[in-house]
Amino acid sequence: MALDQSFVGRTYPPTAAYEVGREKIREFAESLGDTNPVYTDPEAARALGYPDVIAPPTFIFTITFKAAGKQVVEDPQLGLDYSRVVHGDQQFEYTRPVRAGDHLSVTSIIDSIKSLAGNDILSVRGEVHDKAGDHVATSFTTLVARAADAEVEESR
Amino acid sequence: MTTAKISYDTVEVGTEVPMREFQVNRADLVRYAGASGDFNPIHWNEKFAKEVGLPDVIAHGAYTMAQAARVVTEWAGDPGALVEYGVRFTRPVVVPNDDKGALIEIGAKVTAKLDDEARTVRLDITATSAGQKVLGRARAVVRLA
Repeated sequence: MALDQSFVGRTYPPTAAYEVGREKIREFAESLGDTNPVYTDPEAARALGYPDVIAPPTFIFTITFKAAGKQVVEDPQLGLDYSRVVHGDQQFEYTRPVRAGDHLSVTSIIDSIKSLAGNDILSVRGEVHDKAGDHVATSFTTLVARAADAEVEESR
Repeated sequence: MTTAKISYDTVEVGTEVPMREFQVNRADLVRYAGASGDFNPIHWNEKFAKEVGLPDVIAHGAYTMAQAARVVTEWAGDPGALVEYGVRFTRPVVVPNDDKGALIEIGAKVTAKLDDEARTVRLDITATSAGQKVLGRARAVVRLA
């Protein structure tokens, strides 16, 4: 069943601020096996001109994805089948890297809804701002809810 | 292992970022699920993955995307130098339940010098696993020193 086109352009309220901690950044970098000291050592980060440790570039996705998940994907009115959702594509535009001490809020906007071969394709933009209201990054996420009857063909 | 920053002036169109290999196993995916908060069972539950039509457990797209970013930012010498970054997840990285898991090979090449003043370059990234391209239209814009 195709998703309701009237959701295109819908803007969800900004999320409560996510406080970025040094240990969370460390955990994320370690989960990637990435030992770059700018993620764990404030001195190494300062040597590159940052006030504190910075997060790996894709860390921002964990925040925007959570916002999109809670607000858009689970929006009962939209009716997306999460169990069939895969990540189609992902773009980021960065104003600056995320760093420890940030309080980040996400505003999610539905950019487009398409239906292709029974698959629902949903594009969600996440605008991320810090406590001062300054732009940090924008995330463009495309989610594909695969059609139930397409799975046999796709799994070959 | 901080690398020296690459200077815009020393880079030409065609400059290649050496290919790197990343081994990913089930435990890595569980750790990434915890760190990222993405607990979709297609990334850790084989039974569930197969029920929804996938060949096996697959890596988070964002996990592969993160490793590809790393290849570029480590070359540039500063992970904060990324200006734009995007990928399309063309094929899943299938991670079998054995000691080795899957191997992802990632490389990149400078395809344009964009702005002499901003010192930005564009790189095209290639990522393959099991002989298949797993990222499409993978591109990064990086500000160099």
